[in-house]
Amino acid sequence: MARFKKDTKSGTPKINTASLPDIIFMLLFFFMVTTTLRETQLFVRTQLPFATEVQTLERKSLVSHIYIGPPFQTRIFGTEPRIQLQDQFATVDDIASFISAEREARAEAERPLMTTSLKVDRETTMGIVTDVKQELRQVNALRINYSTARGEIPREGLR
Amino acid sequence: MARMRPEINAGSMADIAFLLLIFFLVTTTMDVDIGITRMLPPPIDPNAPPPPPVRERNVFVVLVDRHDRLMVEGQITSIDRLQTITKEFLLNPHDDPSMPEKRIDTIPHLGKMEVSRGIISLQNDRGTSYEMYISVQNELAAAIMDIRDDVSKEHFGLEFSELRDQELIDAIRSAVPMAISEAEPKDIGD
Repeated sequence: MARFKKDTKSGTPKINTASLPDIIFMLLFFFMVTTTLRETQLFVRTQLPFATEVQTLERKSLVSHIYIGPPFQTRIFGTEPRIQLQDQFATVDDIASFISAEREARAEAERPLMTTSLKVDRETTMGIVTDVKQELRQVNALRINYSTARGEIPREGLR
Repeated sequence: MARMRPEINAGSMADIAFLLLIFFLVTTTMDVDIGITRMLPPPIDPNAPPPPPVRERNVFVVLVDRHDRLMVEGQITSIDRLQTITKEFLLNPHDDPSMPEKRIDTIPHLGKMEVSRGIISLQNDRGTSYEMYISVQNELAAAIMDIRDDVSKEHFGLEFSELRDQELIDAIRSAVPMAISEAEPKDIGD
């Protein structure tokens, strides 16, 4: 009967690609949600040291960053490590006002949980880091996080 | 008679979505904040009485000079051995009189525990490299985490990082405190 007539068309059937955009959109949304656009432009190099005993910082909204490292534009700013707060160079004396501004921006109840993340280049010497730590102590911002990359410490450079 | 509605060609939709996807893949960074969290000591009150002196046997002096050389308890040491030495100091398995005392504490969920009174005193020079400083912090933290793992396995059968109950975590924390003290900054010279 005609109902059981064999399909006369030959060749491979076309694959339905109508759901392809949906899949791609799903991936797109995943990446849009999980990733964060870098909000500050970095002027200093912060190549982080490696460590294995690391913790993850949970509440990102309660973290303020201090960047320390040699400036990218060495011809203008030299090679000495500099401090960067938000999107400008700063000195140790600016840290107190930076921390109080960060505190003001948070709700009162959340202020004790605030963490200062130190993103320091691995070739920096401890002098400038110690100065920053002393300043943080003075303003009672005691929770700090030495930002590191996860990984084994390369031994050859260290004694 | 129903007219045939023209279908919109959605074939290029995938291309557009791909383009956006690649844009976000390239421009965004998976920026997870990980690192070593520490508490700084509170600022010193000039009027406060000086803290009681800590016995010498309880202090584990770790010194890093400006050439990144490591000295532990007066002996030049390689960083590879730091974790082992630290662990031995904190545990003091043979009750060596030159190593830290232990205090018997009653800790909830653990019962009577020997808590080491050892304090790690980390001193560094202004010229020490940050990389070395982090490595030393990392080794010290690894030693303490190792002891915590041992205690946790013995009592709860789980590694410390696998514990989920906050009370158990706090119990282990008070049994094996993270006693790293950083000296007031000073120049130690060569």
